[in-house]
Amino acid sequence: MESSPTAIWGRTLIMGHQQASRTIQRTLASDTDQAHVLIDELIASLESEGWDGRDLFHVQMAVEEAIVNAIEHGNKRSLDKTVDVVAEFSAERFWMRVSDQGQGFDCTKLPDPTDEDHLECPRGRGVMLMRELMTEVHYNACGNSVEMSKLRSPAADAVSDAKGD
Amino acid sequence: MSTKRRIIVAESGGVSTVRFLDKKIVDSACIEQLGEELIALVTQEHRTNLLLNFDGVEFLSSAALNKLLSLHKKAKDQGGKMRLCNLRAEIKEVFTITKLDRVFDIRKTEADGMEAFKL
Repeated sequence: MESSPTAIWGRTLIMGHQQASRTIQRTLASDTDQAHVLIDELIASLESEGWDGRDLFHVQMAVEEAIVNAIEHGNKRSLDKTVDVVAEFSAERFWMRVSDQGQGFDCTKLPDPTDEDHLECPRGRGVMLMRELMTEVHYNACGNSVEMSKLRSPAADAVSDAKGD
Repeated sequence: MSTKRRIIVAESGGVSTVRFLDKKIVDSACIEQLGEELIALVTQEHRTNLLLNFDGVEFLSSAALNKLLSLHKKAKDQGGKMRLCNLRAEIKEVFTITKLDRVFDIRKTEADGMEAFKL
């Protein structure tokens, strides 16, 4: 999968050049069990970098939605298609690109799941959550590759153990 | 009564309190099974007043939210009520961002949730 100019720009912007960072790169079969092994590895790696609480939850949510969308909606669980995942992260920043081999989609045409008429409909909530929880989210032109990034909050774990409001 | 692998159900005062056995509700097969077990509460066991207690649930995906929406509709169709309680702050935030806090009646504790059935 070729990176779009936006993707290259976004990765450089979010990771910078001075920050020490780690990279995890995998090509997954269109299988959510395999995907969850990778997601668990990513989350454990972020924890070892000091990520926790709300920020870690936000990344976990966005990663889960992006990879599962790629497998289920992008590749339609086709066993001859794969999903490429690249993540680069440090103690302060997280960047990831998830690319599938499907036809792509126009993310601007998804219904707004927060619209009163669509509140109880199943579509669009995962993409909307990714946009809300991450600092930046970009799709490539055909919509089969998404790039996202998050800058860690200064006080990251303020609500990690809180319950309710 | 069918065997349940994803939930535990307790009955008290006409309200069925449901607890989740999975800390992370993400696996596709588990979510499907969870959805079936929840729907069966209404359709097979005729429990219509449901209090979902999320104590111990650390994470859930949007696919799990869709199962909760299906259950909510099913309970409403049968004239029942559904309440949610004990959501960790980050999960509550997901409901707020998606505006599903307008669809679901979310209470802080199980006692608050039980009280809400009296309204």
